[in-house]
Amino acid sequence: MPDTAPMQAQDSTARSAGWRGVVADWSSDQQSFKDVSWGKAMMWIFLLSDTFIFGCFLLSYMTVRMSTVVPWPNPSEVFALEIGGVHLPLILIAIMTFVLITSSGTMAMAVNYAYRRDRRRTALLMLLTAALGASFVGMQAFEWSKLIHEGVRPWENPWGAAQFGSSFFMITGFHGTHVTFGVIFLVIVARKVWRGDFDDGRRGFFTSRKGRYEIVEITGLYWHFVDLVWVFIFAFFYLW
Amino acid sequence: MAEAAAHAGQQQHPLRLYVVVWVWLFILSTFSYLVDFFQLQGYLRWSLILLFMMLKAGLITAVFMHMAWERLALAYAILLPPLLVLVFVGIMVLEADYTLFTREEFLEAGRG
Repeated sequence: MPDTAPMQAQDSTARSAGWRGVVADWSSDQQSFKDVSWGKAMMWIFLLSDTFIFGCFLLSYMTVRMSTVVPWPNPSEVFALEIGGVHLPLILIAIMTFVLITSSGTMAMAVNYAYRRDRRRTALLMLLTAALGASFVGMQAFEWSKLIHEGVRPWENPWGAAQFGSSFFMITGFHGTHVTFGVIFLVIVARKVWRGDFDDGRRGFFTSRKGRYEIVEITGLYWHFVDLVWVFIFAFFYLW
Repeated sequence: MAEAAAHAGQQQHPLRLYVVVWVWLFILSTFSYLVDFFQLQGYLRWSLILLFMMLKAGLITAVFMHMAWERLALAYAILLPPLLVLVFVGIMVLEADYTLFTREEFLEAGRG
């Protein structure tokens, strides 16, 4: 099978839009997602399944928090830090949020430069994204060790409902794992971009296929999703 | 020809757009943090948290993940199914209320 760009059998401008387009695309032959490659469609479908995983985590957190008769620990105080003698509530989480948003911004730029075939800028922005992601994981490790040191366990904590620890470790642990895999993914793709694999048609080590610059956008989808999940964790777990 | 084909179906947008969205995400995150910093409580707190959350999620999905420019067949296939989680939320709210009721009513010793 030839390794082609997204199938462009017909000119996309000829296709109908709106609801008529939805029906036409889904009832057509062979391919429902007309303008995206299989790689991008599959990444979206993976992200959809991941949405359900994180949705269930947040849902179980909601259930245990609503049903406990013991007061829930106040996250604002639990995650407060003293910086320069000033007591700041939730400050570490706020910094982590800004770091992750910044990394989403640099990723969006990387995708843009990838489609302009600017290899140097693309690779550098991807590495910057990876560095920001790694620092996010570092801060999370700091947060975890601080809480463990203070006596937070999945089965107990000094401040209130025992379910606080289990929800915290499960949700942030799963999210941190996603960030870690994202960093690895970013570094691998950045190396390929830097080396010019997508210009000289070098075949992938794992797939033995030629890659395309679109992989930068697909990597970006995953990375933005990690940021997206953090938006929900930040709102429901830390701020609620 | 190859160049034209390669550009079809690609997401190429002005850098300025990304910067604007980026700045907005910073502003919205700051607002979220300020909700906690000023210790707003009750419905005001929850509605503000949800508002800023949905705005941020919308900006990330629509612009950074380019969903705004994808065909609706893909957008609906990906964005509609998560709404079903809300049904699950409804079920679990009822379930949690019931669990809380039994704990308060019958299990004074079985706290937790």
